[in-house]
Amino acid sequence: MTSWPILSVVTFLPLAGALFIAFLNEDEAGVRNARWAAMWTTLITFAISLILVWRFDPSSAEFQFLEKRPWLGGTITYSMGVDGISLPFVILTTALMPITILASWEAIQHRVREYMIAFLVLETLMIGTFCALDLVLFYLFFEGGLIPMFLIIGVWGGPRRVYASFKFFLYTLLGSVLMLLAIMAMYWDAGTTDIPALLHHAFPRSLQTWAWFAFLASFAVKLPMWPVHTWLPDAHVEAPTAGSVILAAILLKMGGYGFLRFSLPMFPDASQHLAPLIYALSVVAIVYTSLVALMQEDMKKLIAYSSVAHMGFVTMGIFAVTAQGVAGGIFQMISHGIVSAALFLCVGVVYDRVHTREIAAYGGLVNRMPVYALVFMVFTLANVGLPGTSGFVGEFLTLIGTFRINTWVATLATLGTILSAAYALWLYRKVIFGKLEKPSLFNIRDIGWREIVVLAPLVILTIVFGVYPKPVLDISSASVTQLIDNYQHALSAVQTAAVGR
Amino acid sequence: MNASQLPTLVPLAPEFVLGLGAMALLMLGVFRGQHTSRIVDVAAIALLVIAGVIVLLLPAGTLTTFGGSFVVDEFARFLKILALIGSAAAIAMSLDYAKQERQQRFEYSVLILLSTLGMLMLISAADLIALYLGLELMSLPLYVVAASHRDELRSTEAGLKYFVLGALSSGMLLYGASLVYGFTGTVSFTGIAQAASHGGVGLIFGIVFLFAGFCFKVSAVPFHMWTPDVYEGAPTPVTAFFAAAPKVAGMAMFVRAAVMAFPGITSQWQQIVVFVSIASMLLGAFAAIGQRNIKRLMAYSSIGHMGFALIGLAAGTAEGVQGVLIYMAIYITMTLGAFAVILSMRRSTGMVESIDQLAGLARTQPAAAFFMAMILFSMAGVPPLAGFFAKFYVFLAAIKAGLYILAVIGVLASVVGAYYYLVIIKLMYFDEPAEDFYGMPNELKVVLAICGLFNILFFLYPGPLVGAASAAAHSLF
Repeated sequence: MTSWPILSVVTFLPLAGALFIAFLNEDEAGVRNARWAAMWTTLITFAISLILVWRFDPSSAEFQFLEKRPWLGGTITYSMGVDGISLPFVILTTALMPITILASWEAIQHRVREYMIAFLVLETLMIGTFCALDLVLFYLFFEGGLIPMFLIIGVWGGPRRVYASFKFFLYTLLGSVLMLLAIMAMYWDAGTTDIPALLHHAFPRSLQTWAWFAFLASFAVKLPMWPVHTWLPDAHVEAPTAGSVILAAILLKMGGYGFLRFSLPMFPDASQHLAPLIYALSVVAIVYTSLVALMQEDMKKLIAYSSVAHMGFVTMGIFAVTAQGVAGGIFQMISHGIVSAALFLCVGVVYDRVHTREIAAYGGLVNRMPVYALVFMVFTLANVGLPGTSGFVGEFLTLIGTFRINTWVATLATLGTILSAAYALWLYRKVIFGKLEKPSLFNIRDIGWREIVVLAPLVILTIVFGVYPKPVLDISSASVTQLIDNYQHALSAVQTAAVGR
Repeated sequence: MNASQLPTLVPLAPEFVLGLGAMALLMLGVFRGQHTSRIVDVAAIALLVIAGVIVLLLPAGTLTTFGGSFVVDEFARFLKILALIGSAAAIAMSLDYAKQERQQRFEYSVLILLSTLGMLMLISAADLIALYLGLELMSLPLYVVAASHRDELRSTEAGLKYFVLGALSSGMLLYGASLVYGFTGTVSFTGIAQAASHGGVGLIFGIVFLFAGFCFKVSAVPFHMWTPDVYEGAPTPVTAFFAAAPKVAGMAMFVRAAVMAFPGITSQWQQIVVFVSIASMLLGAFAAIGQRNIKRLMAYSSIGHMGFALIGLAAGTAEGVQGVLIYMAIYITMTLGAFAVILSMRRSTGMVESIDQLAGLARTQPAAAFFMAMILFSMAGVPPLAGFFAKFYVFLAAIKAGLYILAVIGVLASVVGAYYYLVIIKLMYFDEPAEDFYGMPNELKVVLAICGLFNILFFLYPGPLVGAASAAAHSLF
């Protein structure tokens, strides 16, 4: 179907851009060129990824745009492809990258070339994670992202950046190495690491349980789920704005994607048995981290905790394994990718002006920054999950999906939406409303053109997807249906075998 | 005289070149004086390269000579190339150091050549006597070069310590060899394999002593104690040499003896290797955290790496040996690259060895810092760098062999180990620059760039190394 390896092009184009930037001079012109080169690279990558959407056949649940080349010898190959579950994440990544580059345009003033290189390398690794159709290749991209992110937090981060970057790196690595062992065990059991083949391989029950836990260790840290979320607030607070955006919008989604791609379809038996564990962790995440968010004094930290709560809805929906739950989980991830990215950008806007993220340092911004107040309101409401915004669709779908399976979990999770309204609106009131009393805010400028260009697409997407979520749901529906069919089929096969015995 | 009575000498061609060449260079040095050291160095590198080419040109298949005690198979070819690369790079990396420190002595290269000759013999040794001869030929020059800064206390102490402990380990190895001989009645590996198919307490006793000697040479716990002191005390180029080629030869002897001589009783020696591997990984990971001297840190790091490589041997399968070989190949590039940076840590006051001196290297020498960071990430085993694949193949073998506990401890140790590599990267990238070093000499730049690029780009085309290691591993089974 495809005459050129479009997925590889999308994946490795940013890397080529990074190489180009590496050879630029380090003077004034070089810095300017580095910014523009990064901008154009990400824009072109985004444009090519749109071709993917255009040529994608949403009625098919199969992997498309397949590429396969020998790589490590044996059955471990370089194998790429997307289906309805991974494609939305690819687009999310390529769409957000130009925005983050633009958001760092003036905020980053030292070591600009290295910064742009790190972001472009990170983009390659993120897209690769979603496109990889071989477990080893997946692991390569999944883990490789640690290197640029470690440097982004550590070099361009805030005062406690060293602590945050180490915590981020070691936490994530610790989770992932266990997954690597599980991948190896799967390789010896199935004789291949080809994901489409593994999706149809029935693993023995004991291996399923161990592998499921190993994958959980990795994805729970990445997502993150309570109680292994503690690296996230630190990383978010210390990372530069664009780093927080990428972290919240895309890196976290790798965990959810991993559950959908591996845990559910490959270990259905274990998923079925251990779903209550996930429910419990999800509910704790939703309620507890929402309460924690209420107590925060730092804006980024508040949003970080709210991310953990929102990811709780994702895991809950995914492990309900109903059509609504899974579709809702995917939608919630996309929506959170847009909304949390936008919220971090909004924090970045005021941080660039006042250089503090303390909530108490703000107040009455609406008097000086009406446009900003409007934009911030859209995202706050989307974060709360107000109907008409994308945040609502995801939460609502995951809740109905779960309600059919487990009423109590859904009921408790609903509590979280109330709490999210509490902390989000509280944040909004403290920062935007009230009297403009702080002297440092008297001369604050409203958002400029560059910032409008950054935020406008996100506003539009938030509202469009809130009113008309069909595009995202349509792309993924065939794959989600197949995922659930296979899951039920595998479970009933196990049950018949048990009865037969 | 009948030709069949003479042992065929073709398989020994690389060893002849090295041995005769080393003697010729020694003569040259002795008769023409110390100012020939530069010529001797260059000629020594050339000799190592020629020997490497000859290794590649030898007739294919398994060649044996001296009644089967000297074997050239794919395994030997693979490791000989590695050892030769390690030695050649070590000589190249010592050139500038010797000039700066006024330590230009032709004996240095000659000793390294002789030591390398010992390594080649050791790698090909297929009986216990050949093994011991190779081992001593390799070790004796090492003791001398460790003490080559004879005016410096640290260096002399390192040499002496290495010698005494090395002699002790040789003694243990000999004792083990004599026990094995006593219980099997032969010294040839294939003969031992036939006689030792059932094990027995006496034989196990011999194996334990034999393995103790091997562990000393590859600096695996609990016979690692000499490593940090010798690494720290020896002149830095010598440390770079110690960390690379002799480790390869030591691992070769360990693997060949274990796999060829005791294949029937794998389950009995496996426990020893599992213990040694776990202990080395954990010690390497935890003990390095507190080190501020980069040479000591590299010593603990190499102990840890040997632990990881031994995972492959613990599996006792062809996949495991393949993993060991890939690990050693990648380990050599990581080590040489890291030492290229360590050797460039020179200020007006002389060499500096504290890791704090690397602060801000990313500003003062961006290229060197970048390659060093990539090599350190590679050592930590982060994909997509080569070090990840090194760990990948040994763990793959361990999982297949059912050594789950070993594998889990191994990966957890690798996370702990990642910490101290990150500390160095943090110093280079996050901290404010310290005073700049003297410019990096060209030969170090070349070594660093080659090793760095190898580690970064390995994932693009891993086929040749993986294939060669696979062929080499299967030649033992």
